Amino acid sequence: MTRVTPFHSRTSALCEGSRWEEWAGFLAATSYDLDFTLEYDAVRWGCALFDVSPLFKYDVRGPDAKALLQRVVVRNLAQSTPGRVYYTTWCDDKGMVMDDGAVFHLAEDHFRMSTTIPNLYWLQDNAVGFDVRIEDVSEQIAGIALQGPTSRDLLKRMTKNADLDRLPYFHCAGAELAGAPALISRTGYTGDLGYEIFVEPQHAESVWDAVMELRNAYKLRPAGLLALNEARLEAGLLQIDADFTSASQTSFDVQKASPFELGLDWMVDLDGDFFVGRDALRKEKQAGSSRWTTVGIELDVRVIEKFYREYGMPLHLPERAWVGPVPIYSDEAQRHHIGRGTSGTWSRLLKKYIAIARVEPRFGKLGTRFFIEEMVEARAYSIPAAVVKMPFFDPPRKKSLGA
Amino acid sequence: MTQKYDAIVIGAGHNGLTCAAYLARAGRKVLVLERRYLIGGATVTEEIYPGFKYTVCSYVVSLLRPEVMRELELAKHGLQIHPISSIFMANHDGPPLITWPDEAKTREEIKKFSPRDADMAPKFAAAMYEMAFAVKPILGLVPPDLSAPNLRDLATLREFGKHLKGLGKDTFHTLYKVMTMSSEDFLSEFFETDIVRAGYALSSVIGTFLGPKSPGTAYVLLHHFMGDLDGAYSAWGAQLGGTGRVAEAIASAARSHGAEIRVDAPVAQVIVKNGTAVGVALENGDEIHAETVVSGCDPKVTLRKLVEEKELPADLVARIDKFKYRGSSGKLNLALDGIPKFNGMTDPSLLKGSLPIAPSMDFLEQAYDDAKYGAFSKRPVMEIEMPSMIDPTMAPPDKHVMSIFVQYCSYDMPEYGDRDQQREAFGNAVIDTLAEHCPNIEDIMLHKQVLTPWDLEQQIGLTEGNIFHGELTLDQLFFFRPAAGYADYRTPIRNYWQCGSGTHPGGGIMAMPGRLAAREILGGRF
Repeated sequence: MTRVTPFHSRTSALCEGSRWEEWAGFLAATSYDLDFTLEYDAVRWGCALFDVSPLFKYDVRGPDAKALLQRVVVRNLAQSTPGRVYYTTWCDDKGMVMDDGAVFHLAEDHFRMSTTIPNLYWLQDNAVGFDVRIEDVSEQIAGIALQGPTSRDLLKRMTKNADLDRLPYFHCAGAELAGAPALISRTGYTGDLGYEIFVEPQHAESVWDAVMELRNAYKLRPAGLLALNEARLEAGLLQIDADFTSASQTSFDVQKASPFELGLDWMVDLDGDFFVGRDALRKEKQAGSSRWTTVGIELDVRVIEKFYREYGMPLHLPERAWVGPVPIYSDEAQRHHIGRGTSGTWSRLLKKYIAIARVEPRFGKLGTRFFIEEMVEARAYSIPAAVVKMPFFDPPRKKSLGA
Repeated sequence: MTQKYDAIVIGAGHNGLTCAAYLARAGRKVLVLERRYLIGGATVTEEIYPGFKYTVCSYVVSLLRPEVMRELELAKHGLQIHPISSIFMANHDGPPLITWPDEAKTREEIKKFSPRDADMAPKFAAAMYEMAFAVKPILGLVPPDLSAPNLRDLATLREFGKHLKGLGKDTFHTLYKVMTMSSEDFLSEFFETDIVRAGYALSSVIGTFLGPKSPGTAYVLLHHFMGDLDGAYSAWGAQLGGTGRVAEAIASAARSHGAEIRVDAPVAQVIVKNGTAVGVALENGDEIHAETVVSGCDPKVTLRKLVEEKELPADLVARIDKFKYRGSSGKLNLALDGIPKFNGMTDPSLLKGSLPIAPSMDFLEQAYDDAKYGAFSKRPVMEIEMPSMIDPTMAPPDKHVMSIFVQYCSYDMPEYGDRDQQREAFGNAVIDTLAEHCPNIEDIMLHKQVLTPWDLEQQIGLTEGNIFHGELTLDQLFFFRPAAGYADYRTPIRNYWQCGSGTHPGGGIMAMPGRLAAREILGGRF
């Protein structure tokens, strides 16, 4: 049977359209309301409440905990202190990305890793000779994300023992939330002001109820995966199985990608301590042998509109985020294939048609123009697109401290 | 009385029928001759006990090549395969191991035994997928003759070499391991839990008289991973109406192209004149002539029984005599008056799936140890399916048929007495072991059919009861199947061909030997 999260009694009562999908073996709401755009709006104008319990979570404890994490992930954790959180990827020996997720530095000798696919065996395999204890705590921790401009104020109303105004972006702190011990982390998958809150499953329902009690005061809505996907695209955050394929889940090199090929150069510290894949990534950097880079692009909707007009139709835009791949060409005649669009959407906020694209490195510079395929009435057209800055939407409130 | 055909196919097993269908499709006038009263060979459904249809020998389908399904339009002729929905693996005392086609669900089940193994299961599946991808092109090749390669052989080798080169280092290393290791060693590289290893190891010994500690069994494991249903590698399915319907579908395709199929027509001998086959003589004395004679029987029957020794070179005779059959498996088919109750099974829908009994690696190896000096396993390994759970027409309402594939059982076990006593002792060992996991089995059992390897030989014609027409060990595969220099479906006798599972790519309901043989007979074209 497909499993349900510790919030299921609450989420199922709210999921009016009974629209669910599978997420890591759990039922996850696609959208609660039949119109998911209201849920997306909550992310940007109020506060959206997501059930993120299906994430995999692993605790690493012991004198070598930091050393092990340093060995596994591509980020440099040398300066890390308890309370820091890192978004990172990790690679196989060939420097190909296996997964992405967050590393929480909880105490001197205690780290937690949250991941999108199972990683226990990978941590274990790398821990040989390290003095660490690795534990799969996926089911011992329930998680929600509160994302949106009002999330801090809402959370402040119900939190004790934590100064949320002073909690910086990508930091976490223990707190008491609606009477339950919780870990509050200033992180999320929306590119907005937001928090992820982790509690023990037995407190899941009471915490959910406490949040929902404040829904009217803070324009809060429970939100599903459709809304989350819109928001993460605007934030330029990659999604596994859409923007990349895990190197541990495909046998074929052509489907794998390095952090450089995913546009995550900023994340990789080639000069720091050893990590799995470093040598291969050094070689890739030195040889300039990256096959791709990953960029944000903007499609020219005026051209799409023109093609629709040829059929006597008004402009039609995607109603929700799509997942590719969609071919990208350097020329309008589609003779020279140079990459793929991996996911995209019409941004309701920006009024722009945006997409994440993996293209040959020489086409990765800001402003570079090429053509992406778009179907209009069952016919493929070349739509001009240009490389733009990613994140597409990056409000100051994402990182700013409270008043 | 003489009649004239373009081609005669001896044996209406699934490969003989496949070969006949392709030949008929190409416009040849084809006659298939079957010794028994019904077609199918070991791909047969029979009503042995009134009202109950047994999948007498083979019981599941996976390897049947999609190109055969397409080219012969088998769906039109009744092919309908339902994927096996689950595997319920009985444990010694602890909880059962249950797996599903759904990765996340399976993960949760394996996690109860080992979180690490739960992570490794998809890795293992990916590795086997990769291996299957690596070796699968071999399935469609006519094995080249390495000792005296002709131009086509060289082209074949070059193509295959290119394919291997494209695999990449890691894949090649794993491939080397698969080709040489024991399944126990190979599985231990992935899994730490005994029952999880055993769950996979079962298919590494099926049809093979080797234990999981024997080198070479990792390949047998891979052989079982090469099937695909609708693009899903290693997916197994059950044919509605039993595997006999697969043979009927192929036969129907053959007839639709004009082939004639005659049952109760045992062939005594292939008529050879001046080193050329010109027809067959039936046991009733009739002679039927044809330009081409094809045998779907196993190598021993094809080359040692149907033709005289003087027609063959001595080295081939020696090789065929040494070909390893040594059937290792028996079969029980039960008529049941109700639902069997397995220990630890809370969800009765699991009865629709596969129900193996191989709870530990030592259980498997011990079963081999018991049998390897000419006996049967005291506590045999089993693979159980309940065809009536998928197709209710297999048994009367509320009653069921159970198919039990059993390993190991020797061809001759004189210490148990005569053949009848051997069969009875073997059948009892199976039921006793089954009862440990399914306590009500004897209460609901209306009838049991017991087949030892000897019975499979007597009834179906499988030499020494080997279900694959000879073991699937590396020394008997590809250009060695059945013999070096004779792996291209030809024989030393002109116009006498072989198309059974004893030829490349081997056993299981794959239909590839029949297809490839037909292609050779037709000069490389369909």
